[in-house]
Amino acid sequence: MRPQGYDAPPGASAKMTVPRPAQFLAALGAFVRKTLVVAELEVRKLRHDVTELFTRAVQPALWLLVFGEVFTRTHAIPTGDLPYLDFMAPGILAQSVLFIAIFYGIAVIWERDLGLVHKLIVSPTPRTALVLGKGLSAGIRALSQALVIYLLAALLGVRINWNPLALAEVLAAVLLGGACFSTLSLIIACLVKTRERFMGIGQLLTMPLFFASNAIYPVSMMPAWLRVLAYANPLTYQVDMMRALMLADGTSTFHLAVDFSVLGGATVVLVVLAGCLYPNVVR
Amino acid sequence: MTMVLETQSLTRQFDGRIVVDRLTITVEGGEVFGLLGPNGAGKTTTIKMLTTLLPPTSGSARVAGFDIVRQAGEVRRAIGYVPQLISADGMLTGYENLLIFAKLYDIPRRQRQSRIEEALALIGLSDVANRLVNQYSGGMIRRLEIAQSMLHQPRVLFLDEPTGGLDPIARKAVWDHLLQLRDRHGTTVVFTTHLMEEADAFCSRLAIMHGGKVVANDTPAALKASIEKPNATLDEVFIHYAGTVLEEGDDFRETARLRRAARRLG
Repeated sequence: MRPQGYDAPPGASAKMTVPRPAQFLAALGAFVRKTLVVAELEVRKLRHDVTELFTRAVQPALWLLVFGEVFTRTHAIPTGDLPYLDFMAPGILAQSVLFIAIFYGIAVIWERDLGLVHKLIVSPTPRTALVLGKGLSAGIRALSQALVIYLLAALLGVRINWNPLALAEVLAAVLLGGACFSTLSLIIACLVKTRERFMGIGQLLTMPLFFASNAIYPVSMMPAWLRVLAYANPLTYQVDMMRALMLADGTSTFHLAVDFSVLGGATVVLVVLAGCLYPNVVR
Repeated sequence: MTMVLETQSLTRQFDGRIVVDRLTITVEGGEVFGLLGPNGAGKTTTIKMLTTLLPPTSGSARVAGFDIVRQAGEVRRAIGYVPQLISADGMLTGYENLLIFAKLYDIPRRQRQSRIEEALALIGLSDVANRLVNQYSGGMIRRLEIAQSMLHQPRVLFLDEPTGGLDPIARKAVWDHLLQLRDRHGTTVVFTTHLMEEADAFCSRLAIMHGGKVVANDTPAALKASIEKPNATLDEVFIHYAGTVLEEGDDFRETARLRRAARRLG
């Protein structure tokens, strides 16, 4: 079969005026399919070089084993009935996703210096599918860290919720968080266009996102101005949902529906924005 | 013969600097059309506009019957594109590179396997299909990239310096495969080069670009006959029309990128 629109006479594409439900569904189906193809592309690359997955697991292990073990003995941070280590384990999971995702955009700068991006953009793939597919793959990369964190946390005595539904929801939260922050990273890459500037801004962004969140201390401890930042920070909602889902005694401060809506909404906005900026990298 | 590509005063400026200046060319179905010129003549910018990567500042163009601005989606389905720099993914195998693009171009599942196998056989890479592309030679990578951009059987194939950085033997192999694919599918080929002998050997027609303008546009034979010199070569034709051979055009960053790519290809 030849590609569609192949033999269409000039001007035949004026059919795009008001999309009917069927057309909308077809477009949505194509969007989902293409997103998965782009994610597949990234996962296949990962499969050829799995060392990355192991080296990346070191950092969260250090946070749990060193920082967590020390702070759980100080009892300095009010975490209610939860031991501090239990409190921070979901925070470290969210942090690992953030750290993987926030530097993900640099891959686009590499690809741009070759011709990979050019060829993807010339293909009939929606730009938003290119962006979301890459974002999804950042989440998939983070899954290996999630596994390590779960195992370590269980070994350290954190009471984990092993309910399969809760595990599936954590999986979804990791993918969503990865998509959200890697898309933010992609936007930065599209704007700055060089490795050096990108690394600078990445470093600049990581720590404020991490510390102005509830990852390693509750928002209630913060001064008012920092609290405002924490509430505007998508990471706060990711941590909140992970805390509710990962721990046997975990509760959500904002409610899971709120968490998923905020993180999902932020991802949609970022993906649309990145979809507009992405073609600029080849100009 | 039908018109497959047509530009009308196509112009592109960057920060007020005119890079492509009122380009007006036509290409007919099945032609091998060459855009010739030194670095900085506007060849790559022209290809980027025709492949919808870059919107023109003014003027218009139709590719495969579709307007490159208003019908960009249709243009993308009808064309294939091999960028100047490496566009196959070194971290994937040759087979995977083809598979991903077969999926991105909506080639039906039933046909995917046979199309990919056929493509691999045609470019002579069946034996190394499951090897990572970063172990391929430069010529093999180029052939794979051409196969990748031909999987969906485009009506027009754009190649930006397809043989840049390749040695003469790899260059010949690339052209052999390219012409074979063209004969099989009737694809129109539009490519850029700064190698005169390459243009002379393979173009049915060519346009010489200089400083963003087309300074000559005809068949190689007609161009050679047009200058008053017996047994003229295309080099002499070029000097006659462009008045020069070399020109500084690329900036530092672009040069660094090209050298890096050339090193990996060579």
